[in-house]
Amino acid sequence: MGSEIEISVKDLNLWFGKFQALKNISIDIPKNEVTALIGPSGCGKSTFIKTLDRMNDLVDNVKVTGAVMYNGRNVLDADTDVVELRKEIGMVFQKPNPFPKSVYDNVAYGPRVHGMRNKKTLNEIVEKSLRGAALWDEVSDRLQESALRLSGGQQQRLCIARLLAVEPNVLLMDEPASALDPIATSKIEDLLHVLRKDYTIIIVTHNMQQAARVSSHTAFFFLGELVEYAATIDLFERPQDKRTEDYVTGKFG
Amino acid sequence: MIRIRPNIAARSLRRSRIGEAKERIIELLLLLCAISSVCAIFLIIFFIFSGGLSFLIQAGLTFFTSSVWRPTDSFAAGSWGIFPIIIGSLIVTFGAIAIGTPLGLGCAIFLAEVAPSAVRRLLIPAVNALAGVPSVVYGFFALLVIVPWVRDQFGGYGTSVFACWLILSIMILPTIISISTDSIRAVPREYKEGSLAMGATRWQTIRSVLIPAAGSGIVASVILGMGRAIGETMAVLMVAGNSVTIPNSISAPTSTLTAQIALEMGYATGAHREALFAMGIVLFVMIMLLTGLANAASRRRVA
Amino acid sequence: MVRKRYETVPMGLLWASGIATLIILIVILAYILGNGLSVISWHFLTAEPALWGHTGGGIYPTIIATLAVTGVSLLVAAPLSVGGAIYLNEYTKENLLRKTIRQAAEILAGIPSIIIGLFGFLFFVIYLAPYTGGWSMISGGLTLAFMVLPISLRTSEEALKTVPADLREASLGVGATKWQSITTVVLPTALPGILTGLILGVGRAVGETAAILLTAGGSLNLISSLRDPGRPMTLNIYDVLTEYRDTTTAYGTAAVLIIAILAITLITDWLMNRYTKKLKGL
Repeated sequence: MGSEIEISVKDLNLWFGKFQALKNISIDIPKNEVTALIGPSGCGKSTFIKTLDRMNDLVDNVKVTGAVMYNGRNVLDADTDVVELRKEIGMVFQKPNPFPKSVYDNVAYGPRVHGMRNKKTLNEIVEKSLRGAALWDEVSDRLQESALRLSGGQQQRLCIARLLAVEPNVLLMDEPASALDPIATSKIEDLLHVLRKDYTIIIVTHNMQQAARVSSHTAFFFLGELVEYAATIDLFERPQDKRTEDYVTGKFG
Repeated sequence: MIRIRPNIAARSLRRSRIGEAKERIIELLLLLCAISSVCAIFLIIFFIFSGGLSFLIQAGLTFFTSSVWRPTDSFAAGSWGIFPIIIGSLIVTFGAIAIGTPLGLGCAIFLAEVAPSAVRRLLIPAVNALAGVPSVVYGFFALLVIVPWVRDQFGGYGTSVFACWLILSIMILPTIISISTDSIRAVPREYKEGSLAMGATRWQTIRSVLIPAAGSGIVASVILGMGRAIGETMAVLMVAGNSVTIPNSISAPTSTLTAQIALEMGYATGAHREALFAMGIVLFVMIMLLTGLANAASRRRVA
Repeated sequence: MVRKRYETVPMGLLWASGIATLIILIVILAYILGNGLSVISWHFLTAEPALWGHTGGGIYPTIIATLAVTGVSLLVAAPLSVGGAIYLNEYTKENLLRKTIRQAAEILAGIPSIIIGLFGFLFFVIYLAPYTGGWSMISGGLTLAFMVLPISLRTSEEALKTVPADLREASLGVGATKWQSITTVVLPTALPGILTGLILGVGRAVGETAAILLTAGGSLNLISSLRDPGRPMTLNIYDVLTEYRDTTTAYGTAAVLIIAILAITLITDWLMNRYTKKLKGL
């Protein structure tokens, strides 16, 4: 522990048109740890992480104020290169979305799109990324097959490998295992344990047990507010706020 | 687990002007591509009208009411009446619709509701094939097969209104069939199932539920077919007989706006050429009215 | 009351309509191919037409002319329609601009070919004569482009719509730019639909006569450049029939046309099938 701060969010507010989805969020995300975001549906957790990599830019009618400090600059600045940002802060989505290309081409996509042409280097990157996503052993003999033939869990790990190939610092995961079966889910969770040594991970999950299993810090979101943020053990065993207590004991959500 | 590429250079997150400029230029180029259709229409309208509008104004109302068509290259020396030609266009079109609609609609219903899948697999490519046959090939076939038959049955030369009706109705079949079939298949299944569940027969269901529900689409397909018929040139050119007279029977020859333009453009000069452009304007306006009607009809009726 | 399970008369009529349509196609094809296939030979396809009054010539220049005008029209219409579809689907929302352009394309698609021919004559043959060479393959091809454009614009836009949104998100999420995402993920995925639309356009161009009549010139000489006038196959059918009553050549040319169009359609279907299977990972 005793970690540095990777991302520091200050007074983040976000509106979709007239509806305020995020209210005055301030939170410091520690480096090389897994931070879980929990809360009932619609409370703003997904919206929050999409702000971190500026994916909310894709939505109409969005207004954001506040600061998301990463690497010494405010990510929300108009001056930020969003394309480069997304190489630094990568996102894995709820439903795996591999490209309709081969396994190899999926993982090599990022480096290729950034100009990498050298076959030997690409091969190395692909292998290392697939190993990093704990997928290499299962696909090493079918790299040229379509990625769509992999199982759901494999596809999701492929999406992670795709991100790793781009060498991010932060991995944002929006309910990555919610579309997967329990075995695939546990494989993803094991992967998180390994990945966190090198990457800062923020995971949105509606599954509290999962949050308890994988994260070192947990933030509870409710109705667009950050209600409580603490070390995971503390949040679950000694919640300070009544709303947090009600949620983690299952009274609602 | 070590990082994939530990030597990667630190990234600058400041916006790149060049990268963005490139994206902007691409977006602009794509915008230009997109508005090309709009530009195309304006170009067409501009040139057609500039080619014939002054003639139209000069010729005035008699252009539409006179039946005397004696074109020359000087305006004063010629007679400019296209009434028979307009009538010709209307007669061949409506006849084609009269024949083609029942047949096309019947085939559409057949495809959508009755045909077993093996037959459908044969018939749908067949309809697409009919749509792909070039109009000049249709005219060719009509000239060699339909015209002699009309000649035998009715006398005269064979190049006639009736020949136009037959070949044009065939040519508009694919339009009517494909759009009507889609419309009928788009009717929610609940309507059909509700009717059958009440004990209605298939035909009763088709007649009283499906066709009315698909009505606006069917009407649109017929009007589109009308547009195709009135705009058809080559087939009509080959079998209409090209006589600027109002036909007095179905075996009599006639002419249409399209055929007349195609026939005379090759050698028309001066006022004659302008007259042909004026006919083009008349044809264009008629088609626009029809298309407008089609859109209005398909929007008005609620399934 | 006895109600027949099948109402025989209406059902019979419906069956009759379906079968009649099929028969019509078969009769036409049989006639053209029946009389025309025997005319086709290697000589027919590769030789120049016979001199006036003689028989036994070929239609080689007309084949080249068809290729030329079709090629020119594709060259112009493909980038404009695909580019336009990309702009409409990827860079705009459902707004007035998009509706206007779509409406414009629909109107354009409905304009009769003779009117497009009249336009092409004034614009390309007369007005732009120094650039197009007057009556020429360029004039004909550019005129045809106006007819191919709306078809492939519509089908390209529909093809792009079928690409799921999360693929674009995934691509952007890995740090690709918008244009990179379009060219490396969206376009390849939408390619079957786009190509089908272009092929449909090609079919229309190959079969078009009226617009060609007024813009391509009609000369039977083999073209040496795109600025030369020429006589595509469709126009040839009309000309040889009305000028010389040469039904033999007409049958042969018509047969070649039909076979070409059939071949294009079949090959496209087969290609699309293969590509779609590949996309699905089968």
